[in-house]
Amino acid sequence: MNRMLAVFRRELAGYFATPVAYVFIVIFLFVTGVFTFQLGQLYERGQADLRPFFDFHPWLYLFLIPAISMRLWAEERKQGTLELLMTLPIPMAAAVTGKFLAAWVFAGVALALTFPVWITVNVLGSPDNGVIVAAYIGSFLMAGGFLAIGSFVSSLTKNQVIAFVVTVVACFGFLISGYPPVMGFFSGWAPRPVLDAVAGFSFLSHFDAISRGVIDLRDVVFFASLIAAFLFANAVVVEWKKS
Amino acid sequence: MIETRNLVRRFGSFTAVSGVSFRVDRGEVLGFLGPNGAGKSTTMKMITGFLAPTRGTAIVCGHDVTADALAVKERIGYLPEGAPAYPDMTPAGFLSFVAQVRGLAGANRKARIEEVAAMVHLEGVMHQAIETLSKGYKRRVGLAQAILHDPDVLIMDEPTDGLDPNQKHEVRSLIKGMAARKAIILSTHILEEVDAVCTRAIVINRGSIVADGTPEQLRSRSRYHNAVLITINAGTAAGSVRGELERLPGVEEVEDSGSRDGRASLAVIPRRGRSIVEDVGRHARSKGWEVDEIRVDAGRLDEVFRSITARGAGGAR
Repeated sequence: MNRMLAVFRRELAGYFATPVAYVFIVIFLFVTGVFTFQLGQLYERGQADLRPFFDFHPWLYLFLIPAISMRLWAEERKQGTLELLMTLPIPMAAAVTGKFLAAWVFAGVALALTFPVWITVNVLGSPDNGVIVAAYIGSFLMAGGFLAIGSFVSSLTKNQVIAFVVTVVACFGFLISGYPPVMGFFSGWAPRPVLDAVAGFSFLSHFDAISRGVIDLRDVVFFASLIAAFLFANAVVVEWKKS
Repeated sequence: MIETRNLVRRFGSFTAVSGVSFRVDRGEVLGFLGPNGAGKSTTMKMITGFLAPTRGTAIVCGHDVTADALAVKERIGYLPEGAPAYPDMTPAGFLSFVAQVRGLAGANRKARIEEVAAMVHLEGVMHQAIETLSKGYKRRVGLAQAILHDPDVLIMDEPTDGLDPNQKHEVRSLIKGMAARKAIILSTHILEEVDAVCTRAIVINRGSIVADGTPEQLRSRSRYHNAVLITINAGTAAGSVRGELERLPGVEEVEDSGSRDGRASLAVIPRRGRSIVEDVGRHARSKGWEVDEIRVDAGRLDEVFRSITARGAGGAR
């Protein structure tokens, strides 16, 4: 546990050691602002809720989350510090979770810093704050899902650009599975249960369900098991790629 | 404290290490020699638990690396090749991270980091980003990291590579200072390093051990072992000297080592390492040669190294 914490702290500090963290947070807040107020027309709708704000999160994460996750393992491999990390007495699971949690907490910090939007709607009207809390939780869970995929992809390469691009593509697949392009690819040849399974992987539908204010256990379990599965694959890849 | 048993490592169809077995005890400093790609680093990576052996195992302080890698990692201090460290971090932050992982806590952690920083002379740069440090300092950060928990076993992959002569000397003194209490393995290309710090050397070539012994034993395998180097005034005898020396009993051959200022230097190479200095000296006196210098060669490590690793040199990896 201590070792996992050590990895976690080092990794989190690593985000703030360079301007990366600040640039990321500023851009994240700026883009959320633009999306919410300009494109989403938060004011013009005349409704006291944050739907325009949360509706853009999946698409925002699609490009911003891979930017957080791309360095996790690719950088270690590039710098040669992977050998150092893997010869310190740190169990593989502790290294993988420590790194993942650092990235997740960092994404959480960025998300939490959007609180002025929440304050705004509360000043302007009386929104259902329960729904907003649920949507924040859903958004955070979805960020975790993206990060787990990104962490896994990052472990496959030592090139951060490749990690970024592949993660975007993979996350896009997960985002829209269940929607026409992906379903069109599978329908016609894949049996019904496979189609249902693919549709069930859609981040959009799971996030949508939570952001309506209903924290269904199934959606939580979906994100939790997705994270667990990708982190497990991450650990396997790190072990396998050492040679 | 370190024992490898028939370590084998393959990468695809390529065998990087094939059946390496040796022991290192406390107080020993084992020099790992061999051409590039001989399997030195791969062997070290297997002992430290980074790479899983294809076959065989390594036992460190009683723990089998294939069964309990974590226990092995806890007891080893390892300096990987090139001394990797996180470039964004400061030495203070980096060492604190390693200390935390190594289970050093509280005041103990702080004291130990300060102690080690003083040992490797990092005091002045503790709060500077590692990426801004010179190569020598980076290497010291790597060393500090490796000895932070005062491990019984220390494994270093080319600890002095790329350092200037002063820095090399410093690192070697540091290693010598710790040698009595630890079992140490270090790999090197620099043969003088073997003399400077190692109590024993293993030469590895194409994945197998081709020589194992003290530096003296290795040197005695040289054809120059017990050779007599004699410098005489060339005017005295010139041509005949060489022929006369060659006819002495026990002499294999006489090599010309060049002449300068009218003095000729000859290397009298004995047959199978016999001691011939007395015979040569007696002969020189009886002939009344003007001898400027006469000394016995202990043998040349580089020559031994080349002769046992030359076959199939320059392999991949």
